[in-house]
This record gives sequence, C-alpha cells and structure tokens, in this order.
Amino acid sequence: MSAPGVEANEVAPGERRVHYLNWATTVKSWLLTLDHKRVCILYLCTITFYFLVGGVAATLFRIELMTPQGDFLSAEIYNKMFTMHGVAMIFFFLVPSIPATLGNFLIPLMIGAKDVAFPRLNLATWYIFTAGSLFALFAIINGGVDTGWTFYTPYSSTYANGHVIAATFGVFVAGFASILTGLNFIVTVHKMRAPGMTWFRLPLFIWAQYATSIIMVLGTPVIAITMVLIMVERGLGVGIFDPALGGDPVLFQHLFWFYSHPAVYIMILPGFGVISEVIACFCRKRVFGYEFIAFSSLAIAIIGFFVWGHHLFVSSQSVYAGLIFSFLTFFVGVPTAIKIFNWTATLYKGSVSFATPMLYALGFIGLFTVGGLTGLYLSTLAIDIHLHDTYFVVAHFHYVMVGGMVLAFMCGLHFWWPKITGRMYPQMTAKFASVVVFIGFNLTFFPQFIVGYLGMPRRYYEYPEQWQLLQLLSTAGASVLGFGFLMVLCYLPYSLVFGKKAGPNPWQAKGLEWEETTSPPSAHNFEKDPVVTEEAYAYTEGARNV
Amino acid sequence: MNEFELFPEAASSFAGELDLLYWFLTAVSVIFTVGIGVALLYLGIRYRRKSDDDPPPEEIHGSNLLEIVWSVIPLILAFVMFFWGAHLFFKMRIVPEDAMEILVTGKQWMWKLQHPNGKREINDLHIPLGQPIKCTMTSEDVIHSFYVPEFRVKQDVLPGRYTQLWFTPTKIGVYHLFCAEFCGTEHSRMGGKVYVMTPSEYESWLEGGSDASLSPVESGEQLFTSLGCATCHHDQKTSQGPDLAGVFGSMQPLDTGEKILADEDYMRNSILDPQSQVVQGYGKIMPSFKGMVTEVQISHLIAYLKSIGGSEETESTDEEKPESPESASLIDVVDPGTTGQRYVRMER
Repeated sequence: MSAPGVEANEVAPGERRVHYLNWATTVKSWLLTLDHKRVCILYLCTITFYFLVGGVAATLFRIELMTPQGDFLSAEIYNKMFTMHGVAMIFFFLVPSIPATLGNFLIPLMIGAKDVAFPRLNLATWYIFTAGSLFALFAIINGGVDTGWTFYTPYSSTYANGHVIAATFGVFVAGFASILTGLNFIVTVHKMRAPGMTWFRLPLFIWAQYATSIIMVLGTPVIAITMVLIMVERGLGVGIFDPALGGDPVLFQHLFWFYSHPAVYIMILPGFGVISEVIACFCRKRVFGYEFIAFSSLAIAIIGFFVWGHHLFVSSQSVYAGLIFSFLTFFVGVPTAIKIFNWTATLYKGSVSFATPMLYALGFIGLFTVGGLTGLYLSTLAIDIHLHDTYFVVAHFHYVMVGGMVLAFMCGLHFWWPKITGRMYPQMTAKFASVVVFIGFNLTFFPQFIVGYLGMPRRYYEYPEQWQLLQLLSTAGASVLGFGFLMVLCYLPYSLVFGKKAGPNPWQAKGLEWEETTSPPSAHNFEKDPVVTEEAYAYTEGARNV
Repeated sequence: MNEFELFPEAASSFAGELDLLYWFLTAVSVIFTVGIGVALLYLGIRYRRKSDDDPPPEEIHGSNLLEIVWSVIPLILAFVMFFWGAHLFFKMRIVPEDAMEILVTGKQWMWKLQHPNGKREINDLHIPLGQPIKCTMTSEDVIHSFYVPEFRVKQDVLPGRYTQLWFTPTKIGVYHLFCAEFCGTEHSRMGGKVYVMTPSEYESWLEGGSDASLSPVESGEQLFTSLGCATCHHDQKTSQGPDLAGVFGSMQPLDTGEKILADEDYMRNSILDPQSQVVQGYGKIMPSFKGMVTEVQISHLIAYLKSIGGSEETESTDEEKPESPESASLIDVVDPGTTGQRYVRMER
C-alpha cells in the first residue's frame, strides 16, 4: 500500500519541490503545454468563465420573474438572456465540464500513463473550444440571439433577428473540441493502460469517461451538421427547415435531439463516474456491483441514442413513433436506477466519512433521484402532453443538470482539488457551502415542478399573477444557490495560497493517482512506471490479488 | 397575488384521468425518493467512521440477486406507466366523429380562431359545455403550440401543415390559452382566454354583436382588446406595429414616401386592407380583419382610437409642439374627401 515513488519524490522541508505547475512558469509554457494536467487547468479557467456568464444571465432573468409584469427587462433582452444562459451553460460549461477538466487530468493518472494518447491534439481542442465559444459569446453579446439554446426552426433560420449564424457557427466550431477529446480518450483508454490495468480493474470513472467519449464521437457530428444546415438556410435561403422555402420544420427537431438527447448523457455520465470514486473512497469500500455500474454506463450511452423522439410527442410526430420513443425512454430509466441502488448499497457496512466531497455525492444521489423520477413523468405519453414546454420540464432538467451534473462536478473538484493543486481548502467552510448549495438548489427548482403542473409555459417573461409566489420562491432560492457558488469561488482560490499542504493522499484513497504520485504530480506523472496488481477500490485485504 | 394553488383546475374530460396517472407517478416518485433518502441517512449514520484508525470494513462485492430485484421492480413499474400513459394518449389522439371544428391559425403573436358558422375571434375562444371540440390548426409563420392547461391538452401548430387536438370541456369557466412553443419576442403575450359557456349562452353569443349598453368608445376599447390589436400596437419598442395613441389626426409617413393624414378612411382601410398603406418602418404583416368586424364595430374602433389620441397628445407633446387648439378639431369638420390636402395646407 505504501508508495515508493511518492517517498522518493519527497524533499527536505523548506526546499521547493518541482511539479507540473511550477517547473516552468512562463505564459508560453502554459499556452504551448502538452501536459494533460495543464490542459485541464486551461479548461478549468475557461469553463469557470462560462459558468459565470451563464450565471449572470440567470440572475437577470430571475429578477425579471419576481413580478408577473415585464418590468425589469424588455421581452427582447429577456429572450436573449435565457438564450445566453442555455448556450453558455450547456455547450460551454456542462458538456466540457467533467471530461475536459477532471477527465483530462485523471484519465492518464488513473490508468498509469504519462499523458493522453495525442497530447498535441489535446491542446488543440482547447484552442478550438475557446475560439468557437468566444465567437458565439461575442455574437450573443454584440447582436443578441433570442432563439433559445435549442435554435428551433423556422424561427431561428428565417424569423429571428440577431446573430444566429454567428452563434451557430461558434457552437459548430466548439463541437470539434468535443469530438477530438472523445477520440483522444478512447485511444488513451485502449492503448495507454499500465501493465496489469485490465479492463475490469479500471476505476469506474474511466468506464464513465469511456462511455461519454463514444457519445461525443458519434453524436457531436450530427449537431455540427444541423448547425451548418441552419446557416445554409439563413444565409443562402436554401429551403431545408422553413416550409415557406419547401423545407420541413420538424426535421430540425429530429436532428437537434439526435445529438442533444445523448448530450444529456455526455453531461451526466462523467458525473456518475465521479460519484462512484467518491462513494468508494469515503466508505472505504469497493463500489457495490462494480460490473453493473460499469455496464450500465455503456447501456445508457447506447440506449440514449434511440430516445430522441421523446422531445417530439406534441410536435406532430406520428402516434406510433411517440409510442416507440416513450417505450425506449423507460428503458434508459432502468440502468440509471441500478446505479442509484448500487451507490446506496455501498454505504452498507462501510466506514462512512462525511467529508466535503461525500456531502456533494450524497446530495447528488438525492437530487439526481428526483431528476430521474420526474423524467418518468415526461416519458409517459399522456402526461407529457400537459407538461411539455412548461416549467416542469425546466425543473426536471435542472435537477438532472444542476442537482446532478453540477453537484457531481463540485464533488469531483473538491475530491481531486488537493491532487490538482497540492493544497487543501478549509473543510468547515466547504461543508457549509455544500449545504447552502443543496438548500438553495431545492428552493429554486422545486417550486418550478408545481408551477409547471399548473401550466406555466417556459420562456415567458410575463405570466398570470397567481403564480407570482412560486416564482418569487424560485428567485429567492436562486440567490441562496448563487451565494453558495460564490463561496466556493472564494475559498478555492484562497486555498491556493493559504490552504495547508495536502500531501500525496489526504483522503487515504485507493487508485494510482493517489498512491503512486505526489500532489501535485510531477510533469511526467509517475517517477516509476506503475504496475497494477489489484482490483480498483481494494480497500480491504480480502479484495487484493483477486 | 391571488390565492395560492397547487393544482390546475380540471375542466376537460381528460383532466381527471390524467391527474390520476399523475398521482400514481407522484406516489411512486415519493416512495423511491424517500426510500433512497432514508437509506442514505440511516446507512451513513449507522456505519459512520468513528475515527481514522477504524479498521477497513469487510469486503462486499455485490449481489446478483439484489441486482435482479432492483432491475425488475423498476422495469415492471415502467411498463405500468408506459401502458397507462399510452392508453390515455391514444384516447387523446382519436377525435370523435361529432366534434365541433374550430379552425385555429397561429401567427406572431396572436391566435385567430373561427367557429363553424364563420364567426371569428382573436385570442379568445368561446365554446359550449359538454361539446367535443376539435381544433384544426396551422401557423402562418413559425412553430407555435396551442395549450390550455385546465384541459390538459397541447399541440404544436406548424407552418405548412395542419395538426389537430380535441377535448370536451366539462366545467363552466374562463381558462388560460397559451402559446407553449417559443415563437419570438412577444411569445409570452401570445394567448388569451377560453370561455366555456352553457350551450344556450353559446348560441346567443354566436348571434350577438356588440353590447348595446356600451358607448362607442367603450365598445371600441373592448374590440381593441378582444381582437388582439394591442398585441402589436403598443408603446414599447418591441411593437410590431405603430403605437396608436395620438395617431388619429396626425400625418403619417408611408413606406412609399408619401405622407397621409390618419383619418377615418385611413383607419378603416388599415383595418380591412392593412397592407395597402403601411407606415414607414413597419412590415407588411398585419392580417386583414375583413369579415371579422362589422361596419358598426369599425366605427366603434375608430371612436376609441380618437379617444386615445386626444389625451395622450396633451400629456406628452405639449412642450415640443405647441399645437394650435383648432388643429385637432379641424379634422372633425373637414370634408373627408379632401382632408389630406387641406391639412397639409394648414401646416404650412
């Protein structure tokens, strides 16, 4: 269990240890880095920026929604704000969040490799992503886009004002970063595993990343093509989606959701991976039903490609198509339920510690359960007719995306922060912030289930008076939630300077990234090539050498 | 803020059945959520780590039996939900033979509805209690979605094709009509009310014109609202058409470059043939209201437009434009045929 590589790397007190963050400090050494760990940091800064952009937009429209009248923002600005919120949060924060940051950092470390398979390509994805996303952001801020992140036609392709072409072009470009990252990860997992790291010794985080990468490679080209088709119709007047030009408006929805539904799993699967790691560590126990969790990730990735039509139950899709999509959608629910049950069962006879990452993990399980179960309402055909495009849908996907994915991201960030930075953040403050986030989140989004069933459509900046109380609760919750995130945004940077040194393995966790290298790791990850002789999560004697 | 509600009114034949299924789903969800929550709390506290020196726990790899149990139970529940939901969905999609057809046209940002006898409405729908109603719908521009929460029905309305939905109203009352699919700037104003009335009230409503007890200005104001004029003609910069306050009696530049006096004839022409004389800076988008308003109603509308002209003018333009008091009243006395030229002469 001791790590010879780590000890050899220790230096005398007072002397500065060389690691990936400080071996070179020039701007050039960062911008031209081939180190997957530095690429992680670059991505982390970029997506934090987009999280703030999306957050500012959300703040503005939450203030507007405090009153039934449109008094704080004009209709135009309101529409641009929810578009900016959606585009920034989905395309530029959630999709890259865990894969491009924690995935980049951890995949080579967890499988015992020196880097990803294609380090230059890896850096290139960051440039592609940054260029595409800044272009879209510029278009949205400068001219404004009011189509919503879904860009439904023919509104987006013919009727909307604003810089739709520029925004869709930005999304198109940024998509290539996803494709190439996915490709890189798939090759890395196949070819770069350390001796002894067999497929069933892989940490579950790797399984989740692998499944995600498959979706990225297969799904993203479809959204890229769809964005190009919008540009062609809008720019050149070629009839594709607008019936006035001989096109089919519903075709767009099929193409869009063929990517965007699997994209939900791009966003959530890596979160599942994080939760598996954290639950195992803080129960000091192998995850219950390892194979079931691993294969349920793949099952979700595959079935996820066949359910897109559940977004089209009221869009004039045929009754029989609706029937099939509803049926398949229920099948996705089952592997998801399996994961929830297995994580819960892992606590049984464990040695449970409530450190900050564990609080986030438990919060994730609770909120994701609600998010998943309310998904059943929407896959039930008749109920979806009433709930489609109402606040119920808004609440549902925020329980999945924020309660699920953002909490999982927070969980992973707090778990691996000492590994990434070498510093520990203040525990009590962090635990307090996690509770604030949990309460704020529920206060924000639970009322939206109610106002949704009452019938309030989404994307309304004015609404009937009787729903003001619920909207007011939601805004109040959003300010609590925002405060929680701001706390995180303060104490994590604070810990970079004032946090106490973490040591190689502050959580006594299993895994190559904890046991075989320092915190932060050296530029080449491992001093000695690791050889794997045990299963993942071998916290107890009996599990080793199986 | 009105009284707090947790549940929308159930005012169609589907609503009760749908709510029952909703309660079933909610019961399943609550049981699972509470179950998971209690299990996490109980297990977490029962097996919490007392100190860092605690021995590692015993190894539990998993249990195939448990995996099967907790895969099959959700699967069975999912099947129940699927069949129940699909059964109801089919009912909602099979339109009965005796349904009364309402023609619905969506456009940015209003609903145009027409009754079987030809009577038209904008943004409001009057229907008789207990009568199955079938809406046959299309859009003139983007995708809209016809949604009445109290009936639990919704259907996207597409340009270039027809979609249908049906329901039987089962409760007298006034309900929301929304557009549920984002359709542009004034999306949240694209809606109105559905009035469910007794069949006899509906009959007399169909026959009836404007309410005789109202003055022309009041009746015109009602028409202005009920025809949805205010959706486009308002004073915010998002408006699709010119704000009409103060327009009556003023000179309006047309897109042809001419100027025209906004008098009764121009107003009437703009209601019946709106695309012929469009004010500069606005698109040719206003639909014709021919056949939707009687001559009497047109005159009421114009009376209303006159009334909003007077008050706005004195409030807002006093300083910049000290008008001679006779200019407003002038129009009332001049001969309609020559108004334009004479007005121009006066200006000079």
